[in-house]
Amino acid sequence: MRATLREIVLGCRSLLVGMRVTMVEFFKPVVTVPYPHEALRMPERYRGPIELVRDPATGRAICYACQLCARACPSGCITVEGVKREGERRKRVTQYQLDFSLCSLCGACVEACPDAAIRFSKRYNWATPHKEEFLLDLVRQLEQESR
Amino acid sequence: MTPPPATVQAPGSGETFLLNLGPQHPATHGVLRLKLTMDGEYITRAEPVCGYVHRMHEKMGENRKYAQFLPNTSRIDYLSAMHYTHAFVGAVERALGLAVPPRAEYIRVITSELNRISSHLVWFGAFLLDLGGFTPLLYAFDDREQILDLLEAITGSRLTYCYYRFGGVCHDIDNAFLEGTRAFVARMRPRLRLYHELVTDNIILRNRLIGIGPIPLELCRRYGATGPVIRGSGAAYDVRKTEPYSVYPQFDFDVPVYPEGDSMARYRVRMDEIEQSLRIVEQALERLPSGPVRAEGVPRVLKLPAGEFCCAVEAARGRFAVRIVSDRREIPWRVKLRTPSFSNLSLFEEASRGMMLPDAIALLGSLDLVIPDIDR
Amino acid sequence: MSVSLPEPLRLFALLAGAMAFVGLNAAYLVWAERKAAGRFQRRPGPTEAGPAGLLQPVADVLKLISKQLMVPPGADAVLFRAAPVLVLVPAMICLAVIPFGERWVAREMPLGLLVLFAFGSIQVMAVMLGGWASRNKYAIISAARIVSQDVAYEIPMLLVMITLLMVTGTMDLGEIVRQQAGGFWRWHLFRLDANPLMPLTFVIYYICMLAETNRAPFDMAEAESELVAGAYTEYSGMGFGVFFMAEYANIVVGCATATVLFLGGWQSPIGVGSGPVWFLAKLYGLVFSVIWVRWTFPRTQFYGLLNLSWKILIPASLFILVLSGAALQLSGS
Repeated sequence: MRATLREIVLGCRSLLVGMRVTMVEFFKPVVTVPYPHEALRMPERYRGPIELVRDPATGRAICYACQLCARACPSGCITVEGVKREGERRKRVTQYQLDFSLCSLCGACVEACPDAAIRFSKRYNWATPHKEEFLLDLVRQLEQESR
Repeated sequence: MTPPPATVQAPGSGETFLLNLGPQHPATHGVLRLKLTMDGEYITRAEPVCGYVHRMHEKMGENRKYAQFLPNTSRIDYLSAMHYTHAFVGAVERALGLAVPPRAEYIRVITSELNRISSHLVWFGAFLLDLGGFTPLLYAFDDREQILDLLEAITGSRLTYCYYRFGGVCHDIDNAFLEGTRAFVARMRPRLRLYHELVTDNIILRNRLIGIGPIPLELCRRYGATGPVIRGSGAAYDVRKTEPYSVYPQFDFDVPVYPEGDSMARYRVRMDEIEQSLRIVEQALERLPSGPVRAEGVPRVLKLPAGEFCCAVEAARGRFAVRIVSDRREIPWRVKLRTPSFSNLSLFEEASRGMMLPDAIALLGSLDLVIPDIDR
Repeated sequence: MSVSLPEPLRLFALLAGAMAFVGLNAAYLVWAERKAAGRFQRRPGPTEAGPAGLLQPVADVLKLISKQLMVPPGADAVLFRAAPVLVLVPAMICLAVIPFGERWVAREMPLGLLVLFAFGSIQVMAVMLGGWASRNKYAIISAARIVSQDVAYEIPMLLVMITLLMVTGTMDLGEIVRQQAGGFWRWHLFRLDANPLMPLTFVIYYICMLAETNRAPFDMAEAESELVAGAYTEYSGMGFGVFFMAEYANIVVGCATATVLFLGGWQSPIGVGSGPVWFLAKLYGLVFSVIWVRWTFPRTQFYGLLNLSWKILIPASLFILVLSGAALQLSGS
């Protein structure tokens, strides 16, 4: 009998303690970010879909289509093509296609690149009803940026 | 009036009906399906049907290079990505005889333990959700968010970190991470007290967990259950102690063991593990050596010597082991993944026999299953 | 709702008033609950629709209305459709007899308390009917739970009521409130002279009320993590919406009953300035506590409620009953 009563009293006490906890939290400030109105900044190392890096000297992409990124990619989502023009030491990238619908943002391509010609963008909120929109032409993207 | 097909009868009447729990059900946290043969509200047989999220990770391992398989390892059990990557790089490092720089090992331990805490926090929230308490989930996620922010800053990703590399880690950690981790450890201890006040001591929760869903040690052994499940049944089995890897032997931490085997024991094991992980992180931060974070001389093209290489780690859900069979090519001949959730789920059928539905759901929640980890 | 209206008009006003009250009350209690739940969980709750999310209930109702009403194949269509109505109507009838103020009562009845309890238990049966008619296994498990849950808490609730009746000596709700005039120490909650365990009586009533309205921690009938949505699993659109409204209407009825019986109804706690404002303040204070309880505790196990009822609440309320009888006998009334 005494044990039961003790249990009841302790049980009720635990309930009151729990209610005190939630009441204390009730008056604390909100911790969430009101997302569409306010967004967090992505950290420096954030892995978004990749983009080509511009060579500040020439204004063109650093990439010379060595294919290392395409070979490193576990999902085979990168297609790179380049043309060697006369009088130039290296090829120039003409097409850099990324099928973002296959990409798992693992970063193997960025690590494989010997000249840091690609990097992660900070793009994170990307949705589309059309799969084709995820077929990215990174060369054109770079050109559009410069305009 | 068409009578419904199922009739609810007193237990022992022998008249049963089939209840499909899942693949879409709030309590299975994913696409697990349980075919329950019910006698009223009592379960006479629970048959797990898995494979709804089978992604062929093992087969994928057989047709890509070692480095290309790394991203997969974070996706098998997305809640303990660090541990899974650790096991895979560990196996390759053992095969190549790579010596990992001490700083890298310490970083691995810190990130692994943070990952363990975040995984346990998800479990804590989801488990309470199974028991009908919604608020603890959001408190746990608030804390977990701190860990994710820290890990995101150094790895670039919030869940599928893919941070470890053969012979080290991808990037070095910076001062902001160290400060942030110290602040997190300082924050987490009072939060644990809050959890105990709000949840652990709560009489409703205690009545729902104490003595419910007992799993005898013998049953755990028979099904190969590991992690908090077997530790909640009285066996001090922790891969970090029994098959030491990385620099874990240098740390002072306890393996929480509760002999009762009920849902409460598993609950307590995990809550205590958060505490122990905080201890490990604290020690690692104190003694963090300087130096490189990647081993020298890791070949660009990895070819493992012929043979079998194995590495096991203590993941958040139990023992995760990778076995690589190599035939000297760039691509492994076989990658076997031993995932803890599969074994932990397997014992559910035997353990849940004769239980009432809500208790069985408490038992299921206390096993802390990650469905993609079961199906691989 | 003045007293001087002719009878048919009065009935009409009562009906329209009750419907408007139930609808608005449910809509804005949902809003309030979501806001409060947000605060308990340190998030803002609804903010997008209207200032502070105040138009959220409107958006919700529009969404629910625009959805198709489905009767699952093989279900008992008549019972399936009747169940939501049967849940809502008793709550509205109960509202008719509750005195919100001295003259603020739709229909004063000498047996008001009896009406409250007679109609109060119908809604449980209606939820059971809905579960049974759905032809869904989860819904049927839920229906079976409701039946035994019903038995478990109705008994202590009625025992507590008998205790209270012994103190008040009347079933007229207005009269009961008038007895409690003159400051909070005159409220039945603090009538320790009639029964030293009066606050305990209130606690028992409160627990039973949570169980009757299917609120956490006794929401086994809905139990979303076990039974998907329990008896409501197969309901869509406004069918579900009406159950939802009824849940809040029943909470208000339960809390209003508690206010009348224990907290002095419209009487001011300091003895002066009594009025409907006090009634509403006490009522919604209690409603807030119900929300608070829901967002704090996990759900009880089913036999947990039965144990609580048969091993603790029923013996305790019987003891209170006997004590109360003895106290009244001794005080010579």
